[in-house]
Amino acid sequence: MSSNAITIPGAQIGEKPWVDTLHGWLTTVDHKRLGILYIVYALFFLVIGGVEAVIIRIQLMHAHNDFVSPQVFNRMFTMHGTTMIFFVAMPILFGFANYLVPLMIGARDMAFPRLNAFSFWLSALGGFLLYFSFLGANGLYGAGNAPDVGWWAYAPLTARAFSPGNSSDYWTLAVLVSGFGSIGTAINIIATILCLRCPGMKLSRMPLLAWLNLVMAGMALITITPLSAAQIMLLVDRYLGGHFFDAQAGGSAVLWMHFFWIFGHPEVYILIIPCFAFMSEIIPVFSRKPIFGYPVMVAATVCIAFVSMSVWAHHMFTVGMNSYANSFFTITTMAVGVPTGIKIFNWLGTMWGGKIQFKVPMLFCIGFLFQFLIAGLTGIMLACAPFDWQLGLSYFVVAHFHYVIVGGILFALFAAFYYWYPKMTGRMLSERLGRWHFWLFLIGFHLTFDLMHLPGLLGMPRRIYTYEPGRGWDTLNLLVTIGTFIQAIAILLFVANLVTSYFKGDKASNDPWDAWTLEWSTSSPPPAYNFASIPVVASRRPLWDLKHPEDPDSRYE
Amino acid sequence: MQAGQPTNSFGRGPLLVIGSLIWRVSTAVAATTSPLSPTNIFAPASTPANSIAYLSVFVLAITGIIFVVVFTLLVYAIIKFRARVFDAGREPAQVYGSTQIELAWTIIPILIVIVLFLATARVIHAVQDAPEPANAVEVTAIGHQYWWEFRYPKMGVVTANELHIPVSDPVNPSPTFLNLLSADTDHSFWVPELAGKTDLIPGHPNRMWMDPQRTGIFLGQCAQYCGVQHAKMLLRVSVDSPEDFAAWVRSQQQPAVQDASVAAGRRVFETTACINCHAVAGTNANGRFGPDLTHLMSRATIASGAAQNTPEKLRLWIQDPNKIKPGSLMPAMQLSDADLDAVVSYLETLR
Repeated sequence: MSSNAITIPGAQIGEKPWVDTLHGWLTTVDHKRLGILYIVYALFFLVIGGVEAVIIRIQLMHAHNDFVSPQVFNRMFTMHGTTMIFFVAMPILFGFANYLVPLMIGARDMAFPRLNAFSFWLSALGGFLLYFSFLGANGLYGAGNAPDVGWWAYAPLTARAFSPGNSSDYWTLAVLVSGFGSIGTAINIIATILCLRCPGMKLSRMPLLAWLNLVMAGMALITITPLSAAQIMLLVDRYLGGHFFDAQAGGSAVLWMHFFWIFGHPEVYILIIPCFAFMSEIIPVFSRKPIFGYPVMVAATVCIAFVSMSVWAHHMFTVGMNSYANSFFTITTMAVGVPTGIKIFNWLGTMWGGKIQFKVPMLFCIGFLFQFLIAGLTGIMLACAPFDWQLGLSYFVVAHFHYVIVGGILFALFAAFYYWYPKMTGRMLSERLGRWHFWLFLIGFHLTFDLMHLPGLLGMPRRIYTYEPGRGWDTLNLLVTIGTFIQAIAILLFVANLVTSYFKGDKASNDPWDAWTLEWSTSSPPPAYNFASIPVVASRRPLWDLKHPEDPDSRYE
Repeated sequence: MQAGQPTNSFGRGPLLVIGSLIWRVSTAVAATTSPLSPTNIFAPASTPANSIAYLSVFVLAITGIIFVVVFTLLVYAIIKFRARVFDAGREPAQVYGSTQIELAWTIIPILIVIVLFLATARVIHAVQDAPEPANAVEVTAIGHQYWWEFRYPKMGVVTANELHIPVSDPVNPSPTFLNLLSADTDHSFWVPELAGKTDLIPGHPNRMWMDPQRTGIFLGQCAQYCGVQHAKMLLRVSVDSPEDFAAWVRSQQQPAVQDASVAAGRRVFETTACINCHAVAGTNANGRFGPDLTHLMSRATIASGAAQNTPEKLRLWIQDPNKIKPGSLMPAMQLSDADLDAVVSYLETLR
């Protein structure tokens, strides 16, 4: 596997003009370049969504603050939620899937390279449409210039009577268009994994990252469909005289909630399952042991995918479903905790008896494990319908899902950045800056989101631009805001690390972490064709077999 | 289960005993120290809120134990199995899994889930399926952008933003049942110390109940995002003694006070757009879009709790509602200073 780079005559003749480089990136169908485009695009929106979060937090620093008007505040939390879910988390995870899946299964590209490019540019268009609303959505009197209906856009707030002008249209179209992009990418990931595995890579030998992305793509395919259908129904309501969600004409506002959450809850798993995939690749390497219970990890993922399709209405415990429906969604939601718990225990089993190396990727993995544990337990609390009647729609639930998305997904993403950046760029990220990033972000995260649970317990609803003094919320909110600034500084360090390491970082070897999966067998960064000769594998850890011919994994399969 | 009966008896498992112990300690602490917040979900004053708080403590106890166990294992693994300098270069034993251990950490969580589910289902049933006793007070609560309308159909009373209900005697409960409707977008009725929240959704009537065990003012607010001024759609529930409640109902049933000394203000009120939205019983003002003003002065706040009900605030509110509640649907009335003063004087008589 050491001869995986071939020299193409005439390929290294000096610098290309920048227009050619730009043209190359804009018209690329290479899965690695598209993966990087997805990631850079998502990082750009991460910074924008972060600025919106800071504006929200400044406004809530103390009671009766008037940093921004209620209209602006409502736009900020709508844009923050929509941006972070649809234009940060989804594309960044698709980016990693795009980059890593073909490399890890020994393929030269995705199954449909041009569909891949089309999907990326559709998703990108979605993000630009959403933000164009700031300029283009000035409609009739009273219309906001950016969507202000919340990221669930509950009916009938999106009806033209309550949302005049075009801001809701930009929201709908952005979600619809990026949804088409996501469906394209999901199809591509499924086809790639099912059809392009290298010789010897049976499904039971695939890296867990490929398995988990297969499950994620399947879920995306199933759940983005009703979301897209709902967007079209909303457009019909707004412009063609439909009444799907209009209660005054026989439609149902609750119908929108079902459509949205049958997407919205599996969406959480669509985002977290690729992060489980990062954990399942990174923890073994830095524990120097294979993943504990590979078949159970696969089974638990498939189980999560199935069960998570039947939990959506736990977002609707306060909507007034009958006691049987509330009980049903309580038990299904709690049941998801079982396979999720199995995963945490299996990662623990992987670390158990290992030799854990505390490199930056592993630090973020350990942060993930603790935080995801807490997020799961607060999830169990919210799954109890009566407890949810108090906690739902309060700051407790805001703290809970930020624990999942920031403490879980974002920590896993940081681990993935530090782990695969050398492969993508050929340079190592600075360990020293990485440790600063980790500890600052950890402190900021806990200051913000640990304390954010408490105002919820003390009756503070979400999505309020200001609050009354004397409710016991002031000090907590001030501390939460301080934590936000610490996180913002940590993110700036991270971005600085990404940029400076790209130019000045230590050169990365092909296999800097002494890892076991196929992407580490090719050069860093990999050539356009990935592998000069398609690898042949005999076990789940082909590079372990190569490095330990006296004790290969293939002997135990 | 009869509404109003305590629903906090769970049986006798060891975890339940721990849960009830923590519960007793925490309520004892809550009773002795000054209140953290007037909207604390752990300071229940009504059966639904009490059942939920009790279940919450039970769930917190179980999840707390899980947290301590897994947290300890994680910390132990990180410290015990960290790579050490002296054995660098040698790989640890390569273990691929263990069926017994994996079965154990599948079955134990399943058992925990079953216990939690049974405890939860019991509370769901007790709160949601409580029958309405004959002596229950019925109130129709209608959510508007950004205020609350309360109608007592059996008593012929209409008011806004400040709900009055009678205290409930635990021996002979007289709970209040709310029928929840919406006039426009979704809202959610949430007074944490009295009950969990329930949404008000157009075309989807909901029901909730509470049986407060002590008198006093209970605070809350709209919990479902409903538009620009969602934040200032505040709620006050006044739990009155039976006598005070009866007196309040009697006074609210009266038509508006007719006071000749403020006839000028009344004329301004009745000849401008005020009456398009507001009703004053016994006059030709019968708008339904805004709060009923027949007994405006019996309320402690205006603008759904956004301001105290003082003459100065009332004047400012009529002059420019955006000064108090930007985005409120009440327009600035553009009255001359004299008309403004007259209208305020008139409203001041509506006791």
